[in-house]
Amino acid sequence: MSVGLEHYLILSAIIFSIGLYGALSKRNAIVILMSIELMLNAVNIAMVAFSRYIVPLLLTGQVFAIFVMVVAAAEVAVGLAIIISIYRHRETIDVTKIDLLKW
Amino acid sequence: MGVDIAFWILAVVGVGAALAVVSLRDVFRAALSLVLCFLAVAGIYITLSADFLAAVQILIYVGAISVLIILAIMLTREVRRGSPSGKLRIPAFIVAVLFFGGVAFALLNTTWQVSGVPPLEPTTPAIAELLFGEGGFILPVEIAPILLLAAILGAIVLVREK
Repeated sequence: MSVGLEHYLILSAIIFSIGLYGALSKRNAIVILMSIELMLNAVNIAMVAFSRYIVPLLLTGQVFAIFVMVVAAAEVAVGLAIIISIYRHRETIDVTKIDLLKW
Repeated sequence: MGVDIAFWILAVVGVGAALAVVSLRDVFRAALSLVLCFLAVAGIYITLSADFLAAVQILIYVGAISVLIILAIMLTREVRRGSPSGKLRIPAFIVAVLFFGGVAFALLNTTWQVSGVPPLEPTTPAIAELLFGEGGFILPVEIAPILLLAAILGAIVLVREK
């Protein structure tokens, strides 16, 4: 059986679910950020696969993937700056201990 | 045929590296397996004949984002505490499995209108035409540097010493 669109979409769904599990269950803020990166990569795989198999000559999915990468780079820069800033003030990046807004 | 074999190898490596990211206790090793996962995704792009995107993936994700993440791991000295799971580990697992089941059910029961046209190669001139050409994506391309500039300024303001 040759590899088709469904294979790529299932692969994308698997990586997205792994990232979702990591983002929901981990306590280290940097690991949560890494899981979010996994989810963004999974979405990119799905968009490039759609672009390749459904509209092979338009490449719109690849352009969308490029914009997702731009936003991911900005997100990582700001997210890590926030984590380092929190670490300076509270000496921890355990998200269960960062409960300043919890009443 | 060769593309099929490459897809299976890259898929197994990518999923294994992604599982290692969420299961390893050592944060630094998790970051290194994240790099491996990014490389596997770049290979997946090549099997989809997206050559420009594979190069961008290696430059941005493998080159820049993973270095930023490793730098943050070093700066926060949380390595010795590892990456423990919270109290919500089992609900999170159930949510992830349910999500995967729903998505897989939906996409296996959809009839996709797959086009038989062979893909465009090389893709770089076509992407450039689409990004900068007439009636293309020129407005998002102009907004992207503003977003990046705002992100850089925000990062500087957040981590600046008082």
